[in-house]
Amino acid sequence: MAVTSTLASDPAVRADLSRDQLLDLYYWMRLTRLLEERLVNLYRQTKVVGGLFRSLGQEACAVGSAYALRPEDVLSPLIRNLGSMLVKGATPLEVLRQYMAKGDSPTRGRELNIHFGDVTERNFIGQISHLGDMVPVMAGVTLTFKMRKQPRVGLVYVGDGATSTGAFHEGINFAAVQRCPLVVVVENNRYAYSTPTSKQCAAERLADKAAGYGIPGLRADGNDVVAVYEVTRDAVARARRGDGVTLVELMTYRRKGHAEHDNQSYVPAGEIDRWARDNDPIDRYVARLTGAAGVDPGELEAIDARVRAEVDDATDVAEKSPPPEPRDCLVGIYADPPEAPALWYREGIRSAVDRHERPASWGTHDG
Amino acid sequence: MAEATYLEAIRQGLFEEMERDPSVFCMGEDIGAYGGAFKVTEGLLDRFGAERVIDTPISETGFVGAAAGAAHMGMRPVCEMQFIDFVSCAYSILTNYVATARYRAMLPCPMVVRGPSGGYVRGGPFHSQNPEAAFLHTPGLKIVYPATASDAKGLLKSAIRDDDCVLFFEHKYLYRRIKETLPEGDVVVPIGKARLAREGRDLSIITYAATVWKALEAAEQLEREDGLSVEVLDLRSLLPMDDDAIVATVKKTNRVLVVHEDTVTGGIAGEITARINELAFEWLDAPVRRVAAHDVPLPYAPPLEDFVLPQTLDIVRAARWLAAY
Ligand SMILES: Cc1ncc(C[n+]2csc(CCOP(=O)(O)OP(=O)(O)O)c2C)c(N)n1
Ligand SMILES: [Mg+2]
Repeated sequence: MAVTSTLASDPAVRADLSRDQLLDLYYWMRLTRLLEERLVNLYRQTKVVGGLFRSLGQEACAVGSAYALRPEDVLSPLIRNLGSMLVKGATPLEVLRQYMAKGDSPTRGRELNIHFGDVTERNFIGQISHLGDMVPVMAGVTLTFKMRKQPRVGLVYVGDGATSTGAFHEGINFAAVQRCPLVVVVENNRYAYSTPTSKQCAAERLADKAAGYGIPGLRADGNDVVAVYEVTRDAVARARRGDGVTLVELMTYRRKGHAEHDNQSYVPAGEIDRWARDNDPIDRYVARLTGAAGVDPGELEAIDARVRAEVDDATDVAEKSPPPEPRDCLVGIYADPPEAPALWYREGIRSAVDRHERPASWGTHDG
Repeated sequence: MAEATYLEAIRQGLFEEMERDPSVFCMGEDIGAYGGAFKVTEGLLDRFGAERVIDTPISETGFVGAAAGAAHMGMRPVCEMQFIDFVSCAYSILTNYVATARYRAMLPCPMVVRGPSGGYVRGGPFHSQNPEAAFLHTPGLKIVYPATASDAKGLLKSAIRDDDCVLFFEHKYLYRRIKETLPEGDVVVPIGKARLAREGRDLSIITYAATVWKALEAAEQLEREDGLSVEVLDLRSLLPMDDDAIVATVKKTNRVLVVHEDTVTGGIAGEITARINELAFEWLDAPVRRVAAHDVPLPYAPPLEDFVLPQTLDIVRAARWLAAY
């Protein structure tokens, strides 16, 4: 699509994003934020089962990076990557049902929050809680692309904290040795739960870890959605060319607690306000769009209205969804047999065992 | 003395042991200024300082392994898993290095690995686990899993003073739900001794951790509705296991139901059943039965979790079947 001259005249907006695409980025960030705000309301109404995790202030990392992928590329999101999942095709309805533990949620009530995926059509993988584990998994996903000579790329996120895990190290090292088409995005939001990055790693820059794996380590402003897009686009292009793994460190800030229950008492006074005031990724992007890029604020308001309507509709549907049927959780542990196992040790006490005849004689059998 | 919750009892145990012995120190994620994900270690940093209350990187193998090394040198480290589900990340170092250290190399490993365990809290498959059986099979480790506040405190003291590695499972459902007036003074609960939680004549329920409370509820219901006198044995220690207490209750009631929250296949109930079979078969009037979780990763939606985990009514039904056998 053609780039309008107004946009091209913004030196910060690079030429490979069309006007529609720039508005797209705004749409995804706004949708992420509004959907999370809706989830907060539902959480306060105790309709959310379990914890609620926000990505407030980190929307640009998730959206800008996922936006650099093609539909056939595989994305491995973490808890701060609701935005990435939406870009990859996860719907607000799925997310709402999932958080409310509904029977028609993507995991049918088995897993919580945004722990779900779709590798048959939309190409994003459901995470587990154990930090770092998705890195070796994505090494294998992208090793397959290489073995099958498919021009596909994988992108895996880890937090600053997760870079301390053995799994991260083993996975990225293996992928690097194999020159897998993988992009490892370290979302450095300065905290791992309550632990500041300085207690996580003695290196000044997490991007410097790349040197130890013999791969490039890039760093970008994670609250600038276009910068995030660009740095990821370059790493993705490198991977697709067959040049292997890139580590991308995105500098950002976690404005909410680890989860909703966390009161952030460990954060120095004023720090959160400062980031909210000076470095909100959506505010910054709006200023850029309506400033140098010349987008009419009315256009953004129209997007906001669209997003609100989408989330409202999804909420209405999700709230009406039924809870899961207890027995449904027994199937699907193995490919074969697909049916539920017999529950002899519990129900058998009344059924299966009672059906067994008691021998007439105890001890020795006749015959 | 004021009442203490299960969680406060653990915290008291940590405080008292750190006061008593300067070689005791704590490591874990977010245990310092934050006081731990469940606030078990709250106040420890202020009292003992950052040298003895160490916030670690997210590196379970790293700090459990470091605990082993420090233990070799005479320290008594206590490691917190933010959730016990993450102990699997330290499985190799615990089962290969720590568990064998004394036997193969005469290396003492006086250390404790503790953390919030168990379900009934809508935590889903990775914040609800009961991995005790995964370690039961490893000679060289000790395993305790208290059900009461005073046992939590007394067993933690024993665990810290023990000259070998003790895995100390804490049930997060019990953290703030139960409280009791703790005994005064330095009361230590020995590892390897069960506790008779309720006396009875007709039937024994052998269990541990949160299901002790479900068993007690079931026992009351069975007494009320069926006139059954049910004994409840709380194992407290899983490795070593109190065979004497198990045999004593079998000889007394002749009918045994083993209950645990962990999945049924390969769960500790199988081991208990085998011991009863070998040690007290002649005293049985009915087959030993188990009530345990279904063999699935623990799902998170309330109706699913409630279905998978053993509930009081499941225990009541199984007990009735046993009593009528
Ligand atoms: C192996 C492992 N250990 C501990 C935890 C508990 N835990 C969950 S999130 C978290 C902090 C993660 O920090 P970071 O990687 O920086 O990601 P962020 O939450 O900041 O996005 C911890 C310690 C875990 N999930 N996995
Ligand atoms: Mg972080």
